[in-house]
Amino acid sequence: MTTAPQPTTPAQGDGDFTSTGPLLEVKDLHVEFHTKQGVAQAINGLNFTLEAGETLAILGESGSGKSVTAQTIMGILDMPPGHIAGGEIRYRGQDLLAMKPEQRRRLRGVNISMIFQDALSSLNPVLPVGWQIAEMFRVHQKMRRRPARQRAIELMKRVGIPAAEQRVGDYAHQFSGGMRQRIMIAMAIALDPDVLIADEPTTALDVTVQAQVMRLLKELQTENNMGLILITHDLGVVADVADKIAVMYAGRVMEAADVYEIYARPGHPYTKGLLESLPRIDAAGERLNAIPGLPPSLTDMPSGCPFSPRCPYATDLCRNEMPELLPIVGEHTSACHYREEMHRGHLQTPEEAQA
Amino acid sequence: MSQPNDDAPTIRPADTDLVLEVEDLVKHFPVREGLIFKRQTGAVQAVDGVSFQLRRGETLGIVGESGCGKSTLAKLLMRLEEPDSGSVRFRGEDFLAMRGEALRHMRRKIQIIFQDPYTSLNPRMSVGDIVAEPFKLHPEAKPAQGVRNRVKELLDVVGLDPDHINRYPHQFSGGQRQRIGIARGLALNPDVIICDEPVSALDVSVQAQVMNLLKDLQDEFGMSYIFIAHDLSVVRHISDRLAVMYLGRLAELGTDDELYGAPAHPYTQALLSAVPVPDPTLRGQRDEIVLKGDPPNPANPPSGCRFRTRCWKATDICATDEPELIVRTGVTQQVACHHAEPNKAVAAEDR
Amino acid sequence: MTELARSRSAAPAGGPAPSPTTQGRPQEDASLWMDTWRSLRKNPWFLVSAVLLLVLITVALFPQLFATHDPRECFLGRSRQEPSAEHWFGTDIQGCDYYTRVIYGAANSMAVGVIVTGSILVLGSLLGLMAAYFGGWVDAVLMRLTDLIFAIPYMLGALVFLAVQENRNVWDVAFILIVFTWPTMARLMRGSVLAVINNDYVTAARALGAGPLTIMRRHIIPNSLGPVVGYAAVYTGVIIGAEATLTFLGVGLQLPAISWGLQLNDAQSYLQQMPHLLTFPLIFVALTVFAFTTMGEALRDALDPKSKKR
Repeated sequence: MTTAPQPTTPAQGDGDFTSTGPLLEVKDLHVEFHTKQGVAQAINGLNFTLEAGETLAILGESGSGKSVTAQTIMGILDMPPGHIAGGEIRYRGQDLLAMKPEQRRRLRGVNISMIFQDALSSLNPVLPVGWQIAEMFRVHQKMRRRPARQRAIELMKRVGIPAAEQRVGDYAHQFSGGMRQRIMIAMAIALDPDVLIADEPTTALDVTVQAQVMRLLKELQTENNMGLILITHDLGVVADVADKIAVMYAGRVMEAADVYEIYARPGHPYTKGLLESLPRIDAAGERLNAIPGLPPSLTDMPSGCPFSPRCPYATDLCRNEMPELLPIVGEHTSACHYREEMHRGHLQTPEEAQA
Repeated sequence: MSQPNDDAPTIRPADTDLVLEVEDLVKHFPVREGLIFKRQTGAVQAVDGVSFQLRRGETLGIVGESGCGKSTLAKLLMRLEEPDSGSVRFRGEDFLAMRGEALRHMRRKIQIIFQDPYTSLNPRMSVGDIVAEPFKLHPEAKPAQGVRNRVKELLDVVGLDPDHINRYPHQFSGGQRQRIGIARGLALNPDVIICDEPVSALDVSVQAQVMNLLKDLQDEFGMSYIFIAHDLSVVRHISDRLAVMYLGRLAELGTDDELYGAPAHPYTQALLSAVPVPDPTLRGQRDEIVLKGDPPNPANPPSGCRFRTRCWKATDICATDEPELIVRTGVTQQVACHHAEPNKAVAAEDR
Repeated sequence: MTELARSRSAAPAGGPAPSPTTQGRPQEDASLWMDTWRSLRKNPWFLVSAVLLLVLITVALFPQLFATHDPRECFLGRSRQEPSAEHWFGTDIQGCDYYTRVIYGAANSMAVGVIVTGSILVLGSLLGLMAAYFGGWVDAVLMRLTDLIFAIPYMLGALVFLAVQENRNVWDVAFILIVFTWPTMARLMRGSVLAVINNDYVTAARALGAGPLTIMRRHIIPNSLGPVVGYAAVYTGVIIGAEATLTFLGVGLQLPAISWGLQLNDAQSYLQQMPHLLTFPLIFVALTVFAFTTMGEALRDALDPKSKKR
């Protein structure tokens, strides 16, 4: 892929952003949903940074706030019921949340772009896919029809669609799930964005196709030196591709660390529980170590640490006081009162401690 | 439980442990075209000659990608669809020949648990009514202690609060709904439960709970499971034997140890190697086989071996001769491949 | 992301399924019907239309409670009077009390509306249910039949068929309207059933050996009737309008029957001199149509679980 020509308006240009500071930085983000049941704290003080060429995995279950995070960064959160209650999202030093909607819209797809889980519903069913890819060039780069189409074919080839010249006029439903996902990836990277957010990009795909698509994403990231935010629930995929991980639970980051660190020495009982409850292909163990209970309702959070009702190590301190996300060693942070003990593997359940 | 050589098609009368014998099951869905006069232009070969056996208390995992026919197979075994040919014997009796009262009676013995906990429960019925429905439809199976007491007992067995009997499905989370579905499946004390992707719609932390529950229930009540899934790591934890399905046919059939330890069919090898392992230290060290392309259209499958279009081992014979599912040299499991060869490099054990 | 997936993954939008410990109201009945009722109670439009309908239905059933005169007590001597304290809506050409006439007119309009909607609700739902459940040739035959009737605009059809009839009463008008409007309901029900029929709980019931009747009664009808009922209420308004129109055009009810359509028909000749003859029945027709339509919309919103999430 060649780099995209300089965008037409200055607000779009990379040069307009201070190059100091991280590529993307989220600071103390709070997002609420106003529902009939009350105010749901979807994101409760989120912090992370992303550098160019880096892959950050945001790991979480449904309701953990991971998809809301993606939508908020992209600026496609439904408001209402959504409401950004505070915080900053800085792209190359500029706060996206302070921008005018028009200015922000121009960043979308050009500087920051996104891939969704369901490619079929994300592509327009009545337009040929080639046309949809070409439209990216025609709208944002004012390219003429013919060269735009040519670029679309090149891009389709790059993402591995066989016989791209013949298939450029086909419609979304004529492609298989894996091919559709590739087309969506082609659209997302068409304008050479700096940040790519992938929300469960392979969840709907078959195992053998999953591997292909993940590999493609990784290749494109290296080629274009993109910052990749991978939103997923799949601990297996994360282990394969992520550089660092933020584990979310009930709208908070419970733990964030380098990928090797977090799998080897989890600093939070939730992360540890997730890793242990996972059925693994390389272990035929009889019983899985399930985490008991259910994630809390976002409209009715327990006091103290949100994981405390399900945590085997929880003490009165946990039930009364929300632990802050603080460092253990280096970049490894955890929101657990007993992060040090957890990290060293010394933490005992109250029962064990008594015995 | 593991019997590697169960390819013998003859019924062994001594083997009273056999619950289900499926032989050469075929189901094609006609593809019709035309506005008024619909002509059959082809057929989706959803299930095309599938044979296997299921023993008492055993779990047979059936693994395959979307469109491989595993869900159609489940429907055939439930007699929700009628097969085009083949036979299904339930404890020696011809299940497919049953009609009327005999069939109704037999339905008590085979139950199903669905994938989607959101569409598998009637939103207008209370949990009590949902779990009691089997007794309404089979009054002869009404429990002695009364339906309501039995429903409460079942809720307790699957780990739900029996006092929630009057609640409605929307008041429960996905995992809890799945438990309600399991309670309904258990109500009539079935011999076989078909689990159609029972945990794939659930969150990771809840998945393990439901898997453990299924395992515990089997230990307690001794029923057999047919566990359909696309996730090989999930299946590994619950199954005793494994069948790998590709485009309506079985590619490989054997015990867990055989298939995970020494997979011999290229497709099984590819599937196994594609499963991500949650351990970043293994990154780049795995022998990953990335298949080219997508599965072909089941309405127009390739000649000979159906996997040959994506197979790196394919030769001329694969295009002409359909490989049989038999025990091949060098392995103990049944493999439908001319070039079957155990591949320890991708074996799950050696990771 | 699909809508469903979105509401699940972004849990706050739909609200995560409450865990038993956090369930706020354990004793309150929480069936979907109760939920429907609760959301209806909070909808001001539902309350307005409900009160309005209650009044209009009482007027239709017991006009004598509201009337100030006998509707057939007419004196040509007081013909075409303006509204006054004695005659609130004035008098018509025959010299009858116009307020009383309008009040008594409610019965026929309502009767046509209720008879037609009730009939097509039952007939259409039944046929739609059969078409969707049995599929195949049953579906093909029924749907081609609806296509055939759809091809004729119902007003035109009713106009033609009623015009050739010498004597027409409420039942004749209702019958013709039923013949031309049931396909709408059948189609609606068919679509609604098709959305429900592939749910796994229906499959589960089949796997347990439940027969078609049981499945329809217990699983399909309760889950598919919602949108149809809402639409039926809207349709009642439409039918009342249609009856008034047909009668106004001279092919609906006939004198000596009393109906809003007939009053409108009479009034058209005197529109210049006596506009009140047109205004009052028209207001009543509009109010009735409005009440039914609003009620229908409210019902449809409340019965449709998807729209509730929004």
